[in-house]
Amino acid sequence: MTDITLDRLPQAEPAPASYLTEGHTLASWLLTKDHKRIAILYALAITFFFFIGGLAISVVRIELLSPHGLMLTDEEYNRLFTLHGIVMVWFFLVPSIPATFGNFLLPMMIGAKDVAFPRINLMSWYIFMIAGFLVLYTVIAGGVDTGWTFYTPLSTLYANGNVIAAAAAVFVAGFSSIASGVNLIATTHLLRAPGMTWTRLPLFVWSIYATSLVMVLATPVLAMSLLLIVAERWLGLPIFNPTEGGDPVLFQHLFWFYSHPAVYIMILPAMGVASEVIACFARRRVFGYVAMIFAMMAIAMVGFMVWGHHLFVAGQSPYANLVFSFLSFIVAVPSAIKVFNWTATLYRGSITLKAPMLYALGFVGLFTIGGLTGLFLASVPVDIQVHDTYFVIAHFHFIMVGGTVSAFFAAVHFWWPKITGRMYPDSWARFGAMTTFLGFVVTFMPQFIMGYEGMPRRYHIYPEQFQPYHVISTAGAMILAVAYLLPLFYLGWSLKYGKPAGDNPWQATGLEWKTTSPPPKENFAQTPIVTEDAYQYEYEIYKDDGS
Amino acid sequence: MSEASRALHEPWPSLPRQKEAVSFGVWVFLASELLFFGGLFFAYTLYRNIYPHGFVIAARETEVFFGTFNTAVLLTSSLTMAVAVRAAENEMRRLTFWCLVATAALGIVFLIAKGFEYRDDIVNRLVPGPDFKLHEQGAQIFWAFYWIATGIHAIHLTVGIVIVGIVAAMLHWRDVPLVGPKYEGVALYWHLVDIIWIILLPLLYLVGRAT
Repeated sequence: MTDITLDRLPQAEPAPASYLTEGHTLASWLLTKDHKRIAILYALAITFFFFIGGLAISVVRIELLSPHGLMLTDEEYNRLFTLHGIVMVWFFLVPSIPATFGNFLLPMMIGAKDVAFPRINLMSWYIFMIAGFLVLYTVIAGGVDTGWTFYTPLSTLYANGNVIAAAAAVFVAGFSSIASGVNLIATTHLLRAPGMTWTRLPLFVWSIYATSLVMVLATPVLAMSLLLIVAERWLGLPIFNPTEGGDPVLFQHLFWFYSHPAVYIMILPAMGVASEVIACFARRRVFGYVAMIFAMMAIAMVGFMVWGHHLFVAGQSPYANLVFSFLSFIVAVPSAIKVFNWTATLYRGSITLKAPMLYALGFVGLFTIGGLTGLFLASVPVDIQVHDTYFVIAHFHFIMVGGTVSAFFAAVHFWWPKITGRMYPDSWARFGAMTTFLGFVVTFMPQFIMGYEGMPRRYHIYPEQFQPYHVISTAGAMILAVAYLLPLFYLGWSLKYGKPAGDNPWQATGLEWKTTSPPPKENFAQTPIVTEDAYQYEYEIYKDDGS
Repeated sequence: MSEASRALHEPWPSLPRQKEAVSFGVWVFLASELLFFGGLFFAYTLYRNIYPHGFVIAARETEVFFGTFNTAVLLTSSLTMAVAVRAAENEMRRLTFWCLVATAALGIVFLIAKGFEYRDDIVNRLVPGPDFKLHEQGAQIFWAFYWIATGIHAIHLTVGIVIVGIVAAMLHWRDVPLVGPKYEGVALYWHLVDIIWIILLPLLYLVGRAT
């Protein structure tokens, strides 16, 4: 009797060896050379910074409820929005997708065991952490009040805050960007599996490749411009000081030579994520695969030639304005090609609205609005009207938050089963996706209107006519805060209680789905051989098992 | 274990592939370095265009003797570096080692000479500030560039000396294989630092010397 019962008990299957079981000590994580573990380390770090930056802006949004200011002094207000900007741009958005999903997935997608230089990969995480500690030091020491743009001569001669520490933090973070960029470029060039030709690469790989090129070529210019600021502020060497004949606008040129392409560092990987997710949940090959590649490379290249549109009112010559305006319009062409191609991928697709798909569709919509309002700003007369207003704030938040953060969450939900081996509760995740979208639109739509009506950025005392918009915006921000906290709970829950995901829960194509979840340390039992193009979805129908 | 298998690291299937990757990676990094200095050279070009006369007056104050001496030193160090790479390829351990040592030593000679030059510059009141020697508009900006450009170059060179020193020390004490990719990677970086100096020489020392 007992024997029979015992026989019928399901035998406990030994968990397949995965990168998560390769060692359980802290040292096995902190000294790892495995790209997957390094990606997890990055993910933990940027999540922490995301909530720091979010906390700062929450206080700012509450302050803006009243036109007379609620609780902050001018100085405190300036320091809070600066903190928000610096942390979100360099410690969340720039590394967000490339350093986590790029790191984790790119080697797997091309069938490699690891990135080209695993030790440099780990080193770049440590450099990033040093930069992170410098930022935390800046905060604890009282913050900095220049805005994330560090404009001269405010930053060099007049600002009271810890400009040098903040600039050092961003400078050091740049090294980490460059190291990751070099690593991912070399990996893409030299570690593709047999048969994985350039035109068989998943678009996510192409997007990370294009991003890495921009990182490697733009970041050093930012490093130099920050170094010049430090030289002037700390050592008194006149570079931008107008009283010695220097030109403060030169700084703006150098700064935006990096910081405009930086927007493409943030958005290109998001485009890669959207392509993967939309193809999978529409069960179709991405429409215009080759056009998508050219569009991304065109965005990366033309993106280097549009920085002057930040200087339309900085005394740039009308001729330069004309050229930069024209080039900024040109960038919209490949961006639009991408939006059309995503839409065409959906057309006659067999669409399932799972959580990653909801985030990805949210990305496409919000990115489109952000892109179209970018055209307003590329036009010189309109830009002169709305320059440095909330219109600009709303525009770039549609790209960076509506676009990149939505895509980041799409990626989290799409590859979570692969990374952790567990499924999360899809209904909660879908609720989270809709709340994110809703909260985002409520936060930023009113900012377009008040910006158009003249509400300047970076002011906390404002005319009373703008108060209703600010109140709506703050309410939206609170919804957004909930939406961002929500995944922490259900994803955290899934780590322990989630259903085992299986190798390929979405029945997606791509090499990363052909190995176990979570993947073994070497990614694949043997080097895969690729015999077909990406996204061969035509004859499959996604079967939803109701989970 | 053979030399080749000891030099081979994950995730590379073969040593030639790994070598290719290291050179490729360093080249990509050098592109990044060029953009870094590019920002500086762009700013220099702009100001020299605005203050051509001030730059000529200011550049005449640089110590052309030290500039020339250091150029010779650095070019020689690139020679020894190149010889070290060839020697490593041909598995000539002693020659590789001594060429690396010579390279690092020449780098140190450069820094020492630079130190003496800096002392003279300071004595001659050429540090921008209230008692700066020259009054021509733009002269202070030129000297700001002088200090920043040579300072950044010196930091690059110091990093190079440390890396070359480590590679040499590993070769001497740790019996590392000669067939590894690191020699070419280090050499590429060293040559870049050399080339940056060759660009700095005319920008900082030769402006206005002919007239």
